[in-house]
Amino acid sequence: MTDTVNISGSLRNRLTLTLIGGAAVLAILLFVVVRGYAAQIAQQGQDSILAASVTSILDAAILRDGAIEVDFPYASLSMLSTRADDRVFYAIYQDGTLLSGYDTLPVPTAQSGSVTVHRSTALGGAPIRMATAARTLVGVDTRTVVSVSVAQTQDALAVTLNGISRNVALFGGGFFLLTVILSFWATSKTIRPLRRLTTSITRRGPEDLSPVTSPVPAEMTSLVSSLNHLMARLDTSLKQSEDFIAEAAHRVRTPLATVRSHAEATLQRVDQAENRKALRAMIRAIDESSRAASQLLDHAMITFRADQLEREDVDLVNLMRELVLRLTPVAQMKDIALQITGDDCVVVAGDTILLQNAIRNLIDNALKYSPVESEISIHVTALPAPRIEVRDQGPGFPPDEINDLASRFSRGHNSKGIIGSGLGLTIAQDVAEAHNGTLILSNLPGGGACATLLF
Amino acid sequence: MRYIVVLILCLWPVVSGAQDWEDRQVFNGVAATQSLRILSSTDTSFFAPIITGFLRDNPTWSVEYFVTGTADITGIFSNAPDKFDIIISSAMDLQLKLVNDGFALAQPDIQHPEWAQWRQRLFAFTSEPATIVVNRAAFENKSIPRTRQELIQVLRSDPDLFRGKLGTYDVRQSGVGYLFATQDARASETYWRLMEVMGGLGARLYCCSGEMIDDVASGRLLVAYNVLGSYAATRQKTDDRFEIILPSDFPTTMMRTGFVSKDTPHPIAAGDFMRHMIEMQTTIAPTKSYPLPPLDPKHDGASPSVIALEPALMTYLDTLKRRTFIKEWMDAVLQ
Repeated sequence: MTDTVNISGSLRNRLTLTLIGGAAVLAILLFVVVRGYAAQIAQQGQDSILAASVTSILDAAILRDGAIEVDFPYASLSMLSTRADDRVFYAIYQDGTLLSGYDTLPVPTAQSGSVTVHRSTALGGAPIRMATAARTLVGVDTRTVVSVSVAQTQDALAVTLNGISRNVALFGGGFFLLTVILSFWATSKTIRPLRRLTTSITRRGPEDLSPVTSPVPAEMTSLVSSLNHLMARLDTSLKQSEDFIAEAAHRVRTPLATVRSHAEATLQRVDQAENRKALRAMIRAIDESSRAASQLLDHAMITFRADQLEREDVDLVNLMRELVLRLTPVAQMKDIALQITGDDCVVVAGDTILLQNAIRNLIDNALKYSPVESEISIHVTALPAPRIEVRDQGPGFPPDEINDLASRFSRGHNSKGIIGSGLGLTIAQDVAEAHNGTLILSNLPGGGACATLLF
Repeated sequence: MRYIVVLILCLWPVVSGAQDWEDRQVFNGVAATQSLRILSSTDTSFFAPIITGFLRDNPTWSVEYFVTGTADITGIFSNAPDKFDIIISSAMDLQLKLVNDGFALAQPDIQHPEWAQWRQRLFAFTSEPATIVVNRAAFENKSIPRTRQELIQVLRSDPDLFRGKLGTYDVRQSGVGYLFATQDARASETYWRLMEVMGGLGARLYCCSGEMIDDVASGRLLVAYNVLGSYAATRQKTDDRFEIILPSDFPTTMMRTGFVSKDTPHPIAAGDFMRHMIEMQTTIAPTKSYPLPPLDPKHDGASPSVIALEPALMTYLDTLKRRTFIKEWMDAVLQ
C-alpha cells in the first residue's frame, strides 16, 4: 500500500474562495447600487433647488407696456448657495433671444409649460446641471414666451458623492471582511464531519474493520456507506483467507505426522550412512513444515480469539510455572536452566490461551537461540504495570532488524539452521495488542536478548 | 535696449495710456527684479502699508498699484486678465461675478473662514460699514439722527436748511454705491423713503466717498449718506468738522475683497501677496496709524448686516434687474 494520495485542490479552499468571491461580488454590487442610488437622490436635490430658482425667476416676469420686466427676488440665486461655493449661471430669454444673464449657456429648447427640463452639460470645461422652464406672457396684443435657465456647477454634489462613496466603501469593506470571517467559520464547520470521520478511521486499530456507525451528514451518506461496504468486503476476504490458511495448515499437519512416523520407522531399519542422513534431513524438514503449520494454526486461532476477546483474571506467575514445567524437558536437552523471578502473584484480565501461547512462543525463541548450558530468566512484575521479561544469554536480536522482527514471516539473519516459521514474535505481538499491551524487543548490555510483554 | 524702449512705447497705451487712472504708483522693493500689478479701487494711502509690508518680506519684488473706480474694474480687467495679478475692490457683487465667471485663480493654501471667502478664490479682508456723515456745525443745535427714520424726520423738519446740501453715491457710476443701495433696498423700504426725501431736497450725486467727506467737512454738504466708514474714520483723525453715524436700524457692512487673476504671470508671488494681506488684516492688531479696518471676526457670517459672499450678489447685476432698479432710483432721487 502506498501513503501518497493524488491531491486535486482543497474542499476547504474551494468553499472559502467561493464564499469570499461571492462576498466580494456582493460588496462591489452593493457599492455600485448604493452609490448610484445616492447619486440619483443627491442629483434630485440639486435639481429641485434649480427648479425652484427657475420658477421664482420665471414668476417675476411681467409684461409692462409691451416690454418684459423680470424683477426676480434675491432668493432666486441665494437658494443656490452651497458649501462648496458652486458657480451659478442663469439666462433669461424672450422668444429664444437672450434678454439678460450669461450668453455662454446653451440656448434652451423648452417650450412654454410648467415642466422644468434638467440637463447635464459643460460650461468652460466644468460640468454643470441646468434647469430650464418657459412661460407664455399675454399682453394686450402680444404673446411672448419667456424662458429661464439656471445652471450650477456640481462641486458640492461631488463632495457629497465622495462622502457617500467613502462611507459606502467603508460599509462594503466591513461587510466583506465580516463575510470573509464568516466564510472561514462556515467552511470549517462544514468540513468538521469529514475531519471527524477521518480521525475516527485513522484511530482504529489495524484489525478493526467494523462499519462506521456514528451519524454523518446526509451528503456523506454514500461515501460512508461505500466505505462500510468496502470494509465489510475486506473483512470477509481477510477472514476467508485466515480460514483458508487454518484449514490448509490443519490438512497438511495430519499427513505430515503420518509421513514423519513412517520416516522414523524407516530410519530404524536403514543402515547405510547416506540413507540415514537423507532420512534425518527429511524428518527435520517435516518437523519444520509441521511446526510452521501449527504456528499458522495458532496464528489463525489467535486472530480469531483476539477479535472476540474474552477476558478473565489470569495469574501470570501461575501460568508461567505451568509453562516452565512443560518446557523443562526441552530445556534439559540443551542443559538450559529456566528461572522464574519477580512477584508471587501478577493478575491481568485476559484470555488464558492467548497469553499462554504468546509466552510460550517467547520462551521457545529463547530456548532456540540460547547456547548450551546457559540460563533463561523469566521476570514477572505487577508494578507499575504487569510485565513479563524473558532474558536469554544467546546472540541477541540483530540490532538493524529489531524493529521488523515482529512482522509476519520475518526472521533474523542469524536464524539459519534454527527451526522456525517467523510467526512466533508476530503471535506474541498480536496477543499483546489484543490486550492493549505492547511487545518490546531489546538486547541486554552484557549480551543476550530480552523480550518484554507489557500490559 | 532700443527694442525694449520701442516695446515700452508700444505697450504704454495698452496698459496705462489708454486709461485714466485715479492714481498709479510704483512701490519698489530693495532689490526689485520683478513686478506685481494690482488693480484696485482702494485709495493708495489706505493700501500702501500692506504693500510696503509685503515688499519688506519680498525685497526682490516691486508693486505697481493702479487705482480706479469700482465700476470700471470689471471692464478693464476682463479685457486684459493677464495684465493684472491681483484685483482689489469694495464692490463685492462685481468681484463675485468676476470669480463666478472664472477669472480667479484658486488659492488652496489660504486658510480663511468660510463666510469670508468664496470658492477659495475670493477673499474678504476688511469689514467696513456704510455710514452717514454729517456736518458737526450744522447739527450743533439739533439732535444727531441715529437711524434712517430719524434722518428722514430731521430732513423733513427743516427742508430749507438741507436743500441742495445732501449727498450720496451716484449708483449709476459707483459700483460700491450700487452695492450699498441695493442691499439697503433689500433690507428696508425706509431706503426708498429716504431717497425720495433726499431727491426732493435736490441731493447731489458723487462718485466717491472721499469727495463726499471733503464736501461735508467744508460745509458744502450737511449730510452725506452711505459713506465708507473707513475713509471717514481716517479723515476724522485730522479733521473733526464732521461726525460719523453708524445707522443703528440696519447697518450695512461691506467686506473689501481681493482675488488673484487666473492669467497672472506670477501666480506664486500673487498668492504670497494675498496671504500676506489676509494675515495683516486678520491677525495683526490694528494700530492708529493703520488706515484699513481689519476683517471683523465677530461677524462670522451670521450677522445679517454683513453682506454675504454668495451667488445672490449677482442678482442686482442682472441687466433687467439693474435697469429696473436704476429707473426706480432715478425716479426717487432725480425729481
